[in-house]
Amino acid sequence: MNAAAAFFYLFSTVMIGSAFMVIAARNPVHSVLFLILAFVNASGLFMLLGAEFLAMILVIVYVGAVAVLFLFVVMMLDVDFAELKQGFLQYLPVGALIGAAVLIELVLVVGAWTMAPAAIGGAGSPTPPDVSNTLAIGRVLYTKYVYFFQAAGLVLLTAMIGAIVLTLRHKPDVKRQVIADQNARDKSDVQLKKVPSRAGV
Amino acid sequence: MAIGLNQYLIVAAMLFTLGVAGIILNRKNIIIILMSVELILLAVNINLVAFSTFLGDLTGQIFSLLILTVAAAEAAIGLAVLVTYFRNRGSIAVEDINVMKG
Repeated sequence: MNAAAAFFYLFSTVMIGSAFMVIAARNPVHSVLFLILAFVNASGLFMLLGAEFLAMILVIVYVGAVAVLFLFVVMMLDVDFAELKQGFLQYLPVGALIGAAVLIELVLVVGAWTMAPAAIGGAGSPTPPDVSNTLAIGRVLYTKYVYFFQAAGLVLLTAMIGAIVLTLRHKPDVKRQVIADQNARDKSDVQLKKVPSRAGV
Repeated sequence: MAIGLNQYLIVAAMLFTLGVAGIILNRKNIIIILMSVELILLAVNINLVAFSTFLGDLTGQIFSLLILTVAAAEAAIGLAVLVTYFRNRGSIAVEDINVMKG
């Protein structure tokens, strides 16, 4: 067994194990930490596949942003998690049944499929042989797929506005700056007082 | 034994199965459900990148990048809804969410 195969089995074993712990852990904080471990190992798998850019993006976006967001929310909400865990054993038979069915179906598909002859060699944007992965992605992402790139930016903008609108809360007793009132203020509303020196108002 | 496309597909299938099972098993905890959705999307990403590598086509990696964007947006919106819900109800029990049912 060569090193690449050994690393493949290492990464995939740890990834599957930690994905199992994500859904089985009693404490949601542990779930989030196992989710981070699963993402890091998936990033290793991407490395083995030669998709270095996506591997780095996975670490930055998922581990750095999404998982930390989960961690914030889990720690911020004061929830009795033992109560939420109660239905676990009740749903275990049906969950295991559906999981087994899905897994058997998928493995049967993987075992029996063949590549369509038209798919081989008919690459829409073939991987250039002598440039790095990031450069190759950049060459097609900003030319051929530029509209999809812009659409992804719009999706992120929508998500950002939506998240802000959903969670922004105006408290009634807090004084805020109202710029319209400031601009509409007339000179006659302002009282000017001559304050004598060392006397105070 | 060389690592081919099938090995990656099987790993992704196992990850997908764990995600689906996680949604069913943790019916009451919506945070774990959101994490299971992330696992499912990760499995899809592994499939796309594996096909992209073994077919020599960069389109799969571009698609995977877009899925990553959508997954990040989905997590942000989902957690924002969750925080708002927790402020209103004081709990995150999923079975209380159907109060709008007629």
